[in-house]
Formats: sequence, C-alpha cells, structure tokens
Amino acid sequence: MSDPERLLEVRDLRVCFQTEGGVVKAVGGVSFDVDRGEVVAIVGESGSGKSVTAMTLMGLTRSANASFQGSARFEGTELIAAREDQLRRIRGARIAMIFQDPMSSLNPVQRVGEQIVEQIRVHDHAISKRAAGERAITLMARVGIPQARERARSYPHEFSGGMRQRAMIAMALSCSPSLLIADEPTTALDVTIQAQIISELKQLCEETGAAVILVSHDLGVVADIADRVLVMYGGRIVEQATLDELFYDPQHPYTWGLLGSIARLDRDRTQRLPAIAGMPPSLVNPPEGCHFRPRCPHAFERCTQVPGLDSRLAQGSGHLDRCWLSPEQKRKLRSVEGVIGLASDETVIA
Amino acid sequence: MGRFVVRRVASTIGVLIAISIFTFLIFQAIPNGDPALRLAGRTATQTQIEAIRHTWGFDKPIYIQYLRTMEKIFDGSVVSYNQGFNVEEEIRRDLPVTASLALGAGFIWLALGIVFGALSAWRAGRWLDRGLTVLSMIGVSMPVFFLGAVLAYYVGDKWGVLPPGDYVKLTEDPWGWLEHLVMPWFALSVLFIGVYSRVLRSTILDNINDDYVRTARAKGLSERQVMIRHVLRNSLIPIISLWGLDFASVIGGGAILTESVFNLHGVGQYAAQSVQALDIPSVLVITMFGAFTVVLLSAIVDVVYAALDPRIRL
Repeated sequence: MSDPERLLEVRDLRVCFQTEGGVVKAVGGVSFDVDRGEVVAIVGESGSGKSVTAMTLMGLTRSANASFQGSARFEGTELIAAREDQLRRIRGARIAMIFQDPMSSLNPVQRVGEQIVEQIRVHDHAISKRAAGERAITLMARVGIPQARERARSYPHEFSGGMRQRAMIAMALSCSPSLLIADEPTTALDVTIQAQIISELKQLCEETGAAVILVSHDLGVVADIADRVLVMYGGRIVEQATLDELFYDPQHPYTWGLLGSIARLDRDRTQRLPAIAGMPPSLVNPPEGCHFRPRCPHAFERCTQVPGLDSRLAQGSGHLDRCWLSPEQKRKLRSVEGVIGLASDETVIA
Repeated sequence: MGRFVVRRVASTIGVLIAISIFTFLIFQAIPNGDPALRLAGRTATQTQIEAIRHTWGFDKPIYIQYLRTMEKIFDGSVVSYNQGFNVEEEIRRDLPVTASLALGAGFIWLALGIVFGALSAWRAGRWLDRGLTVLSMIGVSMPVFFLGAVLAYYVGDKWGVLPPGDYVKLTEDPWGWLEHLVMPWFALSVLFIGVYSRVLRSTILDNINDDYVRTARAKGLSERQVMIRHVLRNSLIPIISLWGLDFASVIGGGAILTESVFNLHGVGQYAAQSVQALDIPSVLVITMFGAFTVVLLSAIVDVVYAALDPRIRL
C-alpha cells in the first residue's frame, strides 16, 4: 500500500520540552510527506517549531526533558521511536543535515578534509583512509571549493563563510543520503553568497536524487528552490501548498503577512516595510483555538476553535490551510493596496 | 615562530631582571635583614661586623651589591651567607628530588583530573557527578600539611604500608624510589585533581552544546566518538595550559609543604630553609630559578597550545 515514491511520512508529530517555565509545546501535531527527490520548504518565524521538527527527524532534539509523540516513517524505519543505535546508522548516511551557522558548525581544531573523511568512514567501515580522503577531495571540488586538494588540509577558520557552508554541504552529501535537511543554510551568509549556495544545493540534489527539507524564514530563498511549502506558526502547520499556489493564492492570513512583508522593488520607497503586528505566541500557554488569532485582524468568533488543516478549495486539492474564512472572503481580505498582504488593524477599521 | 622565540627570550630576561631586583629589595626592607650581623655571629664586636661588612661588600651602594650578586650568580660562584655552600650546587643536588616529585605527581593529577572531570561531565547532575563534586571540593580544601601528615602518620608510621618520608635515588634503588614517592605524589596531587576535574567538567559542559558537537552527532558518530574526538579534544586545551604552569611552579620549588612534610630535600624545602635563615643569595637564586621554569614552561605551553588549536598564531 505504501507509495514507493514516498520517502518520509510524518504523522501528528508532537514535541514538548519540560522547562522551568512550564511545558513548551514546540511542535503540536505536524503531519506531512516528502517524496523522493522533492524539495519541501518549512517556513515560519523564530519559535514556530520548524527547526525542532527538522531536528527531531534526526533525533537531535532527544534529551532528558524532551517528550515525543506521533510518528515519522523514513524508508521503512520509524524515526521517532527508533533506538539510538538505529538512528546512528541513518544519521549522516540516509538523512544528512546542514546547519545554520557554518562558522560554528565545523570543529575548529580538525582539518576540513578530516571532518568529511570522518563522516565517510563512520558509515563505510571497509573504505581505507586514503580512499576516503580522495573522496572527500572529490566532494569538495564538486561543491565548488577551488584547489580542493590543498583546501582539504585547511582548518575551518581559514575558510570564508560561504566556503565553510560548501564544506558542510560536501560533508552532508558524502554518503549519498536520500534526504537532506537544510536548517536555514544561508541565513548566516552574505546575500550574494546565499543565492549561489542555494542554486548549487538545488543542482547537487538534482544530481544525487536527494530530497530536501529546507527550513527557512526567508521566502525569497524558498521561492528559488522549493517544490512545496509548509508554513508553520506556533508549532502547527497553518498552510501547505505548492510553491505557485502559495505565492499566487495564499489561504492563511499569516502567509499573507509573510508575503506582504517581503521587501519589493515595485513598492513605494517612502513606505515602511509592512510587518505583522504583535508577538509570536507563547508555546507554554498558547492562545486558545487558532494560534494566529491574537494577531489576526480578520479573526471572528469561530477562531476560538482550532481549524483543521483541510483543503478548502477544490475537492482533492493538495492545498491545505488552517483558517475558517471562506476562499471568497480570503480572496477579498488578502488584497491590501493591490498586493497580497495582511491588513493592519487600522485598515480594517477604516 | 622565529619572532615568537625572540619575543619570549626578551620577556624572559625582563621577568628575571624584575624579579631579582624585587627579591633583592625585599631583603633590604626586612628588619634584621643585615647579613653582616648574622655572618659575624652572636658575640661579634662592632669592629668585626664592620670588617665583615667591608670584605663582603655590604658597605657598597645597593645597586653595586645587586650587580655583584648577579655577577656571581651568572658565573656560578654565588655562595650562601649562612653555610658558605655554593648555592647552585645545592640546587643541582636538590633538583632530582623535586623533579621526581613533580613528574610523578604531575602525571597523576593530570590523568585523574581528566578522568574525574570527564566522568563528572558525562554524568552531569547524577549521583556520580555529585559524588565527584563533593570529593573534589574536599580535595581542593584539604591542606597538604594536614593530608600529608595524616598519610605519613597512618600509612607510614602506624600501619607501615609505605615509608613515611625521605628520598631514595632512582639510580640506586628504583623500587625504593617509587615506594618513597607514592605518598608525596598523592598528597601533592589531591588539590590539583580537584581543581582540574572541576575546570574540565565545566569546559566540557560548555562545549557539549556547541554547534560542531551537534554536527558530529548528525554525522552518525556514536556518543563515545562524539565525546572523545570532538568534545574532549576541544576541552583539554585549557587543561594542558593549566598543567604546564602548575608543573612549572612545583619544579621551581612550589611544593614547599609537600617536601617539608615528607622530608624530601628538594628545591622547595631548600627555599623554605633559606627564607627562614634570611639567606639572600640562595633565596635570590631559587626565586629566579622558579621564575625561569614558569616562563619556560609557559612558552612551551604556548607552543603546545598552538599545535592543539590551529586558530592560535604564535
């Protein structure tokens, strides 16, 4: 019954952390699928649970004060309940991860080449040190590091930020994973490097057939590479759509706010960049009903009940959202001064 | 590297000059510090004292006295005012004792400090960690003169397990050497083990949340590989530099208490005796020797540091 193209099936994933301030419900029931070779982006602001979701798939959020519910099946293995030694064989080999800050994500006292070799050899016990070294150099050359042979002997601090992230990508791809999780891979980089890294990442994944989960708060980055987008807010997915659907027919007011706050060249320069008013919700005491309700200018009585993540457009459409408004209402409300955006309270009153 | 050596040599010379002047001046300020009085003995007449003052040059201006003493130190002819022995020969005789003490103890405190610190961090917050924390607090607050005396009395005299003191030459009786040093080694190490394990524990716990450790886990390394290859490797760097300096201070005569309690005729005990006798030449030489070992070891530490952490340039 399972679809051979289906790589990852996440069902009702919940992650809680016990803290001194109470139980933080970081992820509150997230379900999504990733197909082979597909690029799925998870977008949302800080604290929306996007990184926790991604890291939980790798078992990197496991700790004494964390608790998990739900399931995540990856290539026939249940990740959430997996034993540590099972997970270890998957980490780096079948699922690899790239982190946000390449400055601190590489070990400062180990040569870059050695760090890649370490990853290769931990999953391939048969390979010789020399062969692994050669493979590391090939990988570094492939991700666009010039003079890879010499650079493999360098230490991370001798690399620029972009080069370090390339080295991280080389390391992540070293065991030909079928899923690559990229957690804000370009956030710490210069804007000019961001675009390069993203397009290289996309190309490399197309070549190797790896699927990507791209975690980002930057819709610009997402637009370059994603096939599908999940918008997260307050630990829940509030909208799930293909890239085109999301940009041209967004259904959730939070998505409107995100789209409206992108800096655009065609906007009047004298205006302030629109922002979503208010603060992200507390995950210890989340608001009742829709988590976006306190910040939503279009909220009404029904919003105190949690809307399901359903298709409210055509029957059987993959475009899902968590908003009680009807598609017609949404089409009308999301137009702010001719472009998509979240109306501010004043505009609504006026 | 060349520039590093030049800089270090220059600063070593500076430190030695400063420390020798300072030590020399202290003796001018100490009451009853006039060496002529003590050299002359109790029943000396004023004329005898004056004569001694003249022959030893104590009537010259201070800076001349200082320069003369330094000259003697550097041609190796400086003698003690009290016994008239050559100071440098004394130190040469005492150094193997102190070196034996320092090497054994240094090895013990480094090894046990690392083991306890790593265990403590690995089990942070659990019973093993709490137990080790209490132990290290006891170790840190236990004075050597007490611990050493208790050990020497019970283990040495009362139960007769180990000899309670004295030094046996390694070349004459290796087993006796070991037997005589085991207790001093432990007595001296206890404090350092406590300090090192606490420092290592907190460094490890700082590093364990670093991004590169998360990367190491994401690579699929086992928890042990993550700890040893990534966390410990980075956390040991400060421990190594700490060790270099502590080791240097013990070699330079810093283990005064341990050497005295176990009657080891080392540099530390020599220092204690010289200070008691207000013997300027020997105190001066020992102080300079101690300062020299500290400066030398800290230069070595810097070289090792740079080798361990490639971000550091000499």
